[in-house]
Amino acid sequence: MKTVKIGLGTCGISAGGEKVYQAFQEELKQHPEAFVLTETGCVGMCYREVLVEVSNGDGSEHVYGDVTPERVGQIVKEDVLNGSTIDDWLVTDKSEKGFFENQKRIVLRNCGIIDPGDIEQYIARNGYQALKHVLTLMTPGEVIDEITKSGLRGRGGGGFPTGLKWKFTHDAPGEKKYVICNADEGDPGAFMDRSVLEGDPNTVLEGMIIAGYAIGADEGYIYCRAEYPKAIARLRQAIAQAKKRGFLGYNLFGTSFSFNVKIKEGAGAFVCGEETALIHSIEGKRGMPRFRPPFPAQSGLWGKPTNINNVETFANIPWIMLNGGDAYAAFGTENSKGTKVFAMAGKVKRSGLVEVPMGITINEIIFDICGGIVGDRKFKAVQMGGPSGGCIPADMCDIQIDYQQINKTGAIMGSGGLVVMDETTCMVDVAKFFLTFTQSESCGKCTFCRIGTKRMLEILERITDGQGSMEDLDNLEELSHQIGESSLCGLGQTAPNPVLTTLKHFRHEYEAHIIEKKCPAHVCSPLLTYTIDENCNGCTACARACPTDAITGEKKQLHVINQDACIKCGKCFTVCRFDAVIKD
Amino acid sequence: MNVNTKHDFKPFNVDLWKHDGQAGALIPLLQSAQDTYGYISEAAIDHISHITGVPAAEIYGVVTFYAQFRTKPLGKYVIKVCNGTACHVNNAKPIADAVTDELGITYDETTDDGDFSMLSVACVGCCSLAPVVVINDETYGRLTPAKTRKVLREYKREAKKTQQEKDA
Ligand SMILES: Cc1cc2nc3c(=O)[nH]c(=O)nc-3n(C[C@H](O)[C@H](O)[C@H](O)COP(=O)(O)O)c2cc1C
Ligand code: FES
Repeated sequence: MKTVKIGLGTCGISAGGEKVYQAFQEELKQHPEAFVLTETGCVGMCYREVLVEVSNGDGSEHVYGDVTPERVGQIVKEDVLNGSTIDDWLVTDKSEKGFFENQKRIVLRNCGIIDPGDIEQYIARNGYQALKHVLTLMTPGEVIDEITKSGLRGRGGGGFPTGLKWKFTHDAPGEKKYVICNADEGDPGAFMDRSVLEGDPNTVLEGMIIAGYAIGADEGYIYCRAEYPKAIARLRQAIAQAKKRGFLGYNLFGTSFSFNVKIKEGAGAFVCGEETALIHSIEGKRGMPRFRPPFPAQSGLWGKPTNINNVETFANIPWIMLNGGDAYAAFGTENSKGTKVFAMAGKVKRSGLVEVPMGITINEIIFDICGGIVGDRKFKAVQMGGPSGGCIPADMCDIQIDYQQINKTGAIMGSGGLVVMDETTCMVDVAKFFLTFTQSESCGKCTFCRIGTKRMLEILERITDGQGSMEDLDNLEELSHQIGESSLCGLGQTAPNPVLTTLKHFRHEYEAHIIEKKCPAHVCSPLLTYTIDENCNGCTACARACPTDAITGEKKQLHVINQDACIKCGKCFTVCRFDAVIKD
Repeated sequence: MNVNTKHDFKPFNVDLWKHDGQAGALIPLLQSAQDTYGYISEAAIDHISHITGVPAAEIYGVVTFYAQFRTKPLGKYVIKVCNGTACHVNNAKPIADAVTDELGITYDETTDDGDFSMLSVACVGCCSLAPVVVINDETYGRLTPAKTRKVLREYKREAKKTQQEKDA
């Protein structure tokens, strides 16, 4: 029997996946015996969603990309019923050259392959084998040693060695301990954790249970951001099924070890991704960070020793326990082992999710895997690490994915958001974007973080408005250092990074804004010239919207902007329904 | 005492707080209230304060700390403009300006007729379609200001139609 599998991760759904699914359901009504309809998570090719895989039942399969409900009828008729593929719509090795060959999939090993709503499919791919092995044959100390040997470091941004963290929590005195999975994924350009939770929730659960055994905890919490309803639904489903199959609950695999997991939904605060703030939030309080030490390993949730790891960190654990720490450490560089998942976004041709071995260069990811820059424009920089990270200019992108090499540029590995920027991106504007984010997410506890970021933002606004002075640049630098030094948590400590790195690598862009009053990337609207081109059909909307009456023209005739009267508010650009207003 | 009648208030999922430590249940309770009513009213805060024993002022502190909680109801159509990194570098700002211009509201505001609310969100998960706007559950990608206006006008027509049907 043939199987039709639809990609229904959030990316697939946004691209119209549910409508495609319904269209197949309709077809199924007419041809009830023709195929089985299932779903799967994100395979990483978000740029080709909606993806539909047709497998023939003999092990062979092929995938269609960019499927719309309108195309479903033809796929069923020609392919499913008659066995002839529609080659123009196929996703092939050739059409996606380099996308999969250069990846190494450990965390994403099941994503886009299994139906995440069916635990049996996870089990069929060695799921919960690692747990069984650990519980029946290993001591907690041996588990910790294996993780330490793998060289795995926390994937949530901090990069702390996971084995060592587990050891601290294991060694902390106390009967009651907790495991927390940090699924708050707050970086506004990142979606790795969401895709893993939606595409393979069981691997995260299995990782958590193994952690529970290693540190001596019998209870776990998953703190998932409320903006991820699909991920939360998947987790609930997985927990229920795992309980039924005896992977969660009491006396697992006939041992004395018991473990239960609860889900806590976040309520929308970036700072709650910080571990101490997250713990406060689970306890029902305002999610404000506190001073460390004591670290959560000593005193965490409800004051008990708590081990907190990121989703991707946990998703690595089952693979490591099955294949050995050495096999994991075989990938990567001297001090960065294994693989890392990146969420590719921005001006890159193939945006989506990739998992690469550490040690690959940034250029290889962007050009070999992701096909280069949209419109083959000039590659300018990548932003790594989101609001806590920094921009790495194109001419430095031959560095390897490695914690130390990335840190040297002023950026950080971060949690895996990788935003690609080309010549149409203004670096001052990018710095302003991230600072706007951190400024509004600052919890307000530390004065420098609360007010310092505000002052920095005002300076950046001044510069992008064309009112900046060179002195502003010195002030930005000074404020950056002060905020970094006098903030309690990572949010404030790293908030200046986007500004510092752009100042370091793209100072000339700041200077162009200040001295020449120009935005080289044509982004900052007060520094642009607005004109109207021949697309104008004289609807008069812009003339009516203009607050200074700078636009003149007869009805149904080309309109003109009087540059002397124009205050560059951009209103004409937004009201024009014919894309006739040009900014330069 | 029957706290519910005091505010003419239907109870929501109060069982929640029994399961956890008392304080830890505050956020799930608020989420449950918001799910039921669409926003968190003063009556809801009083009610939760009553059943948990947490002072209303403290609950208000929690409500205003988290972006998810609203103290006002939302419009019939909720327009979420994505301001994630990918959308930002792909020109989300002119899209937001177009929404503001078309509807006369900006972020966190609702039109007087209660039809539209405008919110800012960070990454709705289809960065490859940036810039993106989500209206209720429908995603609109690869937008330009002109396309955005067109979409919004359709919703306006629809809102008007349902209003007329209601009046009739
Ligand atoms: C402001 C701020 C936001 C953070 N957000 C997240 C997040 O969204 N997800 C995450 O896993 N870690 C986040 N972290 C890091 C956590 O504090 C913590 O280091 C991490 O969850 C530990 O897990 P790991 O060792 O597996 O990386 C954040 C830290 C800071 C300072
Ligand atoms: S940033 Fe807008 S969809 Fe991801």
